Amino acid sequence: MNLSTSPLQHTNVGGGVDPLDLLDISRLLSPEELLVQATARRFVEDHVLPGISDWYDRGVFPRDLVSEMGALGLLGMHLDGYGCAGTSAVSYGLACLEMEAGDSGIRSFVSVQGSLAMFPIWAFGSEEQKVEWLPRMAAGEAIGCFGLTEADSGSDPSSMRSHARRDGTDWVLNGSKMWITNGGIADVAVVWARTEDAVRGFVVPTDAPGFKANNIHKKSSLRASVTSELVFDDLRLPADAMLPNVAGMRGPLSCLNEARFGILCGVVGAARACYESALAYACERVQFGRPIAGFQLTQRKLVEMAVSVNKAMLVALHLGRLKDEHLITPAQVSFGKFDNVRQALEVAREARSVLGANGITLEYPVIRHMNNLESVYTYEGTNEIHTLILGQAITGLAAFK
Amino acid sequence: MESMNVIVCVKQIPDPATPGALGADNTLKRDGKLILDESDSYGVEMALQLVDAAGGGEVSLVSMAPNGEVSGMRTALAMGAAKGMLVSDPALQGSDALTTAKVLAAAINKLGGADLIIAATESSDGYTGTVPEQIAEVLGLPSVTFAKKVVITGGTLNVNRQTEAGYDEVTCPLPAVISVTAGVVEPRYPSFKGIMAAKNKPLETVTASDLGVTPVGWAGAGQSIVSVTQAEARAAGEIIEDDGEGYAKIVAFLENLKVI
Repeated sequence: MNLSTSPLQHTNVGGGVDPLDLLDISRLLSPEELLVQATARRFVEDHVLPGISDWYDRGVFPRDLVSEMGALGLLGMHLDGYGCAGTSAVSYGLACLEMEAGDSGIRSFVSVQGSLAMFPIWAFGSEEQKVEWLPRMAAGEAIGCFGLTEADSGSDPSSMRSHARRDGTDWVLNGSKMWITNGGIADVAVVWARTEDAVRGFVVPTDAPGFKANNIHKKSSLRASVTSELVFDDLRLPADAMLPNVAGMRGPLSCLNEARFGILCGVVGAARACYESALAYACERVQFGRPIAGFQLTQRKLVEMAVSVNKAMLVALHLGRLKDEHLITPAQVSFGKFDNVRQALEVAREARSVLGANGITLEYPVIRHMNNLESVYTYEGTNEIHTLILGQAITGLAAFK
Repeated sequence: MESMNVIVCVKQIPDPATPGALGADNTLKRDGKLILDESDSYGVEMALQLVDAAGGGEVSLVSMAPNGEVSGMRTALAMGAAKGMLVSDPALQGSDALTTAKVLAAAINKLGGADLIIAATESSDGYTGTVPEQIAEVLGLPSVTFAKKVVITGGTLNVNRQTEAGYDEVTCPLPAVISVTAGVVEPRYPSFKGIMAAKNKPLETVTASDLGVTPVGWAGAGQSIVSVTQAEARAAGEIIEDDGEGYAKIVAFLENLKVI
């Protein structure tokens, strides 16, 4: 990854070492991947960083950004055809990293749009569904969301109660979904519901009668992101609204594997931003007559952060290469989600302590990232669930069912 | 014009974010990764806009860089240029501005020429600021410098040429060479689709001898770099404690500079 291009390089006191890329990981990236990353980074500098602390403070998602993201080719970028850019998984991961160096809420939008809403239509949809939705979603003209979690079904999604029954050739959908990113701004929802034979996915236009989204307010995390409850009240759908090419929990779980990959890359960006902020602050903040970066306790913190960020990047890049070779397993995705998010959260907390009282204000990005990462720690498979997936992978014994 | 072809001269330079270093011969070390000179992104953008406005044609690139470096050209291809020619040759080490212009002019000819050739006013690493006009002279074409706005009407080039006082309106027949100033257009992002497409766009690499340009490098240079010294460090500014009369000192300072 190109962790470099930081203004810190000029003032680096380490003697020729790039403090953001200690392992020279950028050597492992192709020219295309470097260009995707540099472009995504520039996009964040131009379009996200100037406004993010205000959006976060006011609790608004910058909807105007969506068409800009579409023009860049960010939405569904790792999918082929239907207006999508068709990049490698590694490039998608690098773009997620740069988005999340801006804000986890912005990266969440990209993850949900590309991996949770577009991916199931792309992978399991009919040709008509793909043609109807994917080009508009890639261009940012239509926003998608993904309805799996329910108020009483989080880590155990197969206990969902939402259901669709046949009425003639139509489907009638009832139930509700909870904690749905983009729910209140979505034009289309991919909703997973029980049917007579199996859990099925449905492509639901949000202007259909019987669809309602209630946004969740008073969040202290992911404030620059829309989180909603979806309610389906005798929502009537034509037969062709069902995703024809998947049945059972494999459908939603394969989407989650896509999105979790974006997350395990994305959080490296949040961690990098916190580390960068702490390093810059520590080099400038003078106490007892010298920069606090010169004190041993602070150096310990900075080094722990630097090592965590670089190691997390190696994990992300390795998993990206496996994904590009179609070799990645769900347990390996769990490895990355489990450890990278945990490490990013630790880095954010450590960075906050380096910034002292300044660390609690939105003048610096650190506490925003820290609060955001509390959500990321839990969503898309809690830390506990990923622990148990890995536990099962190494022991052969399932601890959660 | 219903179609126009534009060639943009692009330079690939060491990343300005990392401190540059000089080699034993006092030239800038260029052996690391090189990127598209930001000054050239304006020319690429202007070229793409002119081709769009014409309704047809294409943007091509020429560049001269060591070690077959094409990263910066790929950036311009990802923005929308159609093809490129790189001149890369160890013999070019030490080339002066005039040799550079001869090489780029030969590459332009090898691409079949163009209706318009665009270069930046000056590069961000060398700052000689003479190459565009030298290319025009070598090619025998008219040259307009410091273009801040360019419109093509009926085969004629209309340029607003930046001056210290404002701008001159210059018209000129095509083909021609222009140099564009930084910041006059907003360079587009290389879109991710563009980045993917750029991988398959033709990028030909040739040597100076392929182009028939000799002598080049130090052998062809009409100059040698005897020594390099650090620019004088900018002196610290004067700090005035504001005792309520600070404004008067600022006014006096500005009057002394004759700016007010």
